[in-house]
Amino acid sequence: MAASLYAADPPDAMREVEIEGLTLLYHRRSGLTHFLAPPAPQILAALAGGPAGAEAIAARIGEAFEIESEDPVAAIGARLAELEAAGLVWRT
Amino acid sequence: MNHVFRLQVGPVSFRIGSQWRQPVAQLRRLYAGYPEPDGICDFTVRLEAERAWRRWIRPSVAIRGDYVLPDAAPLPLAQGLLAAEMGMNLQMALGQKKFLLLHAASVERDGRALLLTGHSGAGKSTLGALLGERGWRFMGDEFALLGLEDGRLHPFPRAVSLKNESLALFDGVDPARLGPVLTGTPKGRIRHLRPNREAVARMGEPARPVMILFPRFGRDLEPIVRDVGAAEAFMRLTQASTNYVALAEQGFDALTRFVGTFPSKAIDYADTAQAEALVDDLWRSA
Amino acid sequence: MRDSRWLARLLADPGSAAQVTDWTSLIAIARAESLAGSLAWRLKGMELPEGVEALLEAARRDSEAVRVQALWEAEMARRALKPLGIPVILLKGTAYAAAGLEAGRGRSIGDLDILVPRSALPDVERALLAAGWEWVKEDGYDDQYYRRWMHELPPLIHRERDRMIDVHHAILPLTARPKPDMAAMIAARVPLADGLFTLAPADMIVHSAAHLFADGDLAGGLRNLWDIDRLLREFGERDPEFWPALRDRSDRHGLLPAVGRAIRLAHHLYGTPVNWGQLPISPGRALSGKARRAEIGNCHQLLAADALFRRRLLALDGWGQATRPFTRLGFYVRSHWLRMPPMMLARHLWVKARKKR
Repeated sequence: MAASLYAADPPDAMREVEIEGLTLLYHRRSGLTHFLAPPAPQILAALAGGPAGAEAIAARIGEAFEIESEDPVAAIGARLAELEAAGLVWRT
Repeated sequence: MNHVFRLQVGPVSFRIGSQWRQPVAQLRRLYAGYPEPDGICDFTVRLEAERAWRRWIRPSVAIRGDYVLPDAAPLPLAQGLLAAEMGMNLQMALGQKKFLLLHAASVERDGRALLLTGHSGAGKSTLGALLGERGWRFMGDEFALLGLEDGRLHPFPRAVSLKNESLALFDGVDPARLGPVLTGTPKGRIRHLRPNREAVARMGEPARPVMILFPRFGRDLEPIVRDVGAAEAFMRLTQASTNYVALAEQGFDALTRFVGTFPSKAIDYADTAQAEALVDDLWRSA
Repeated sequence: MRDSRWLARLLADPGSAAQVTDWTSLIAIARAESLAGSLAWRLKGMELPEGVEALLEAARRDSEAVRVQALWEAEMARRALKPLGIPVILLKGTAYAAAGLEAGRGRSIGDLDILVPRSALPDVERALLAAGWEWVKEDGYDDQYYRRWMHELPPLIHRERDRMIDVHHAILPLTARPKPDMAAMIAARVPLADGLFTLAPADMIVHSAAHLFADGDLAGGLRNLWDIDRLLREFGERDPEFWPALRDRSDRHGLLPAVGRAIRLAHHLYGTPVNWGQLPISPGRALSGKARRAEIGNCHQLLAADALFRRRLLALDGWGQATRPFTRLGFYVRSHWLRMPPMMLARHLWVKARKKR
């Protein structure tokens, strides 16, 4: 079973403000404001390079950011599900 | 609408219509000295009978207007003044789109303003009103208006609704500033207090905010000042705003700028003297 | 200001803004009729007193935020229903906004209304519940009634976003007399760029007209007729075949009288240019004496009813307050009657009343 590919709106569709290590994100398309904690903002940034699955995202992020987890890909997968429910990513 | 009253409060104007004479007469007295709106009124409030016969028999005032809460319970005519006040609050809460609306009190001294915000009953309203009697310029106790472009706090000095215990704190005020005693209201026994002359005269002057305060009153509390992180302040302020979402990106920008620029502090106090002292210290340090 | 006539006039002819003296009353009526945004866009660029311009500018900005939210709800519904592979058709305000129609400009939009094939309902229900929507009412009676007779699922609301969705499978309740051809409506759908659909132009008008008379007590009628005015103008201009198509479609759905009435009312209120030759009363047709008298009789009945409808539509005063209370009551009872045969109506109202206590 092939892993799902996720996509996100391009960076200019969002307005981000960092406050105390958290990212306040205004999503223009929905008009909603989100509070994001790492690695969620990093996942969105990673998807700016095009749709990807959890594994590829983990690799993209891994270069600059350390994911504290036994199973980084599963952790990314869980965050992707949350982002999907929030409307910030979708499965292509 | 047989009886009409027009009122300007800061940058917002109301047209209040009533099927009964009494509420309008009481409004006129309570808001003596307030300017009359020049031209169009921003909002219309209507005090009307729920059913035709309720106009005369056990008269009951339904709160209506441009914006309504469909299941709002009507009030007895004796509380008509309260109905008018609630009606104005409702128009602001549901219809105000020119400013970011925060459920907060605000006061100013020497051109620097403080925002007092927090849960209902935490004491910000009474504290704001009290500071207004102690040398601070009172800018409002129910709603603070944050300018979207200028980032300033715009005054909205409506009459303050004082409940039971708080009334005693305002013993010395000029009785002409007090509204009628209203008993049996949803909030118990209350009286309205007109802001003082300075507050009214300067209602058109916005002020630069310097600090966001989260006051908490409790007889058993130790006086404390605690830092509040900007992220927490942001979240709490969105919860204290009825129009944040409606203002879209402008609201986001105004609020992130606000919490990012000015420090936020939480203060606990057990009596007004403590509160005054804490606020004074913080204002000096800002 | 005696009634909402002023609002209709101003919408139809923004130039008459110069003659308005009581703007506070006008805005109160516009807000009561959910037409503040539409009015604000119509008056954009007009020479207006300063305070008025500021209020209207705020209304325009607000309508933009409403539009963004409405289209977002549509998008989230699209994402949730995509795996089902069924047609999802947007209705009403959201449809107008999504299709970039003039009727959508400044329009107030409440819930998301979508139309799906009836056979797909169980799957749609499942998919929406899985994606975070939940039932608004737990009430057993309403649920049973809804599912059996209504043209839509019981209302759903999204847990996080707090926005409602109405899932329709028909445009009228099953208890109503007209039986629109839903299969034809779904087949004639028009695609949008993102995979969602709207109804075909003629069907959009039919739906709007059906909604105007069958739903609610004509409260909101002014806005509904404004929609129809804007839609008729835009579609009429676009397509020379539009008017005959409208007549045929209306007839096919059994809603020719409703559409005819809606068009006449829109014309009366907003001056909509109408291709009269296409309406039910067609002077060009040769009729025998008896048939002709019957038709004229019908015509008078319709016109008399028109006047009554017009009174109801314009029944707000300068305070946004409903005047003419008896007319209002008459319409509430009537709209229920349209939805349900009389025996069921009695039962329904009695049950409802009992629950109130």
